[in-house]
Amino acid sequence: MKDNYNIVIVGGGPAGLSAALEASKYTDKILLIDENLKAGGQLIKQTHKFFGSKNHHASERGINIAQELIKSIDSDKVEFLSGVSASGFYKPHTLLLEDKERLYRVNSDKFIFATGASENIIPFVNNDLPGVYGAGAVQTLMNLYGVVPGKRVLMIGAGNIGLIVSYQLFQCGVEIAGVVEASPYIGGYSVHAAKLRRMQIPIYTNHSIKAAYGDECVEKAVIAEVDSRWNIIKNTEKEFDVDTICLAVGLTPSTELLSQAGCDMVYVRELCGYVPKHDKFMETSISGVFVAGDASGIEEASAAMLEGRMAGLKACYDIEKFNRSEWINSISHIEFELKSLRSGPHGEKAVNGKKKIDIQR
Amino acid sequence: MGGINIMELDDRDIIICRCEDGTLADVKDAIHRLGLRSVEEIKRVKRFGMGHCQGKTCGKIIAQIISQELGIPYEDIKPATPRQPAKNIRLDKFANYNGGKNED
Repeated sequence: MKDNYNIVIVGGGPAGLSAALEASKYTDKILLIDENLKAGGQLIKQTHKFFGSKNHHASERGINIAQELIKSIDSDKVEFLSGVSASGFYKPHTLLLEDKERLYRVNSDKFIFATGASENIIPFVNNDLPGVYGAGAVQTLMNLYGVVPGKRVLMIGAGNIGLIVSYQLFQCGVEIAGVVEASPYIGGYSVHAAKLRRMQIPIYTNHSIKAAYGDECVEKAVIAEVDSRWNIIKNTEKEFDVDTICLAVGLTPSTELLSQAGCDMVYVRELCGYVPKHDKFMETSISGVFVAGDASGIEEASAAMLEGRMAGLKACYDIEKFNRSEWINSISHIEFELKSLRSGPHGEKAVNGKKKIDIQR
Repeated sequence: MGGINIMELDDRDIIICRCEDGTLADVKDAIHRLGLRSVEEIKRVKRFGMGHCQGKTCGKIIAQIISQELGIPYEDIKPATPRQPAKNIRLDKFANYNGGKNED
């Protein structure tokens, strides 16, 4: 453990690991920290196979991708600290770290914030009853610790996370009372939705949760139909006897440290929150401060990995100025992959969102 | 943001800030009776967003409530300033802080 590093990377998920891996090809003295005990971020909960093309890890499971990334990182060049969180950024280049025992600081001219996202919750009556979970927590319980959260679950949210977690619960023998979605359409991929429908799990679009009831913990959930402005339509309530309500209602980029660094921040609906403006190399308005992955706007792990590689590569190139043609080759390859990843209808949101925060240098 | 138009439900049973036990009724009271107009003001007066999660969970919802109650577009409502420390830190770590130097 040193005071000064060439590059400090905050967050050991898909973006941070990829940044470390790419950077370590050209430079050393890289610090990678993660607040959890294991690296891999959300990947280590992802027991399902990825979609898309081979170049984007299609048909691999998230957990295996994480292990591959971790294995490939050269520990002589990258110092990885787990169970360490970044508690604050102090301009111009100091990060306050906290481990189990103490607080200390590190300095660097290059920071890559791959800090991910936090889960949204929604307000409903008795939303503090035990038995109300975020989907991330349910995934951690099931896929990391092998514990099921309950016997009968109502899932709120039909995006990919809601659909995938519902199916995983079903595979573990948990009954799914239904999947509830406030918008008129299913947000996630239809392959995932179709799996649930084949198991006769109902998906209620244009519905949202109104209340949970129970003495000590959740015993009942009430949903109701909503109109296009998400107002409840009277007398449309439906009741479910469930012991668990799982919220998969979206994520918000975790960008506190980037704000503290003084980055220009913009609210972008398509990216799900306040995100730092950045150029195509993922460098923010503050020179030497990079962002990658969900912290730069909510997308999938495949995009996070490419963004991480881009940030890692650029941070290195600024330090080492390695072979120019190799540099151009590498970045154009990553640019091409990112573009192809975002080319489908599901990538439209990200493309539109990213346009709004683009910095041209 | 998804979810039901929250104004129709029983405000006292809806937790908005779970770290500081703030309900929807509390947030509406802060807006209408105390005249608070921003997430930052509500944080300073009511402590919502100053608990364990440092506003990660409630910040977005409080902005949404201000937007609905006052008819201000959601994107015009600024989040609270994310100050250091970004997470709760045990006091003994501050007490033993040696200026931040690393000692192997």
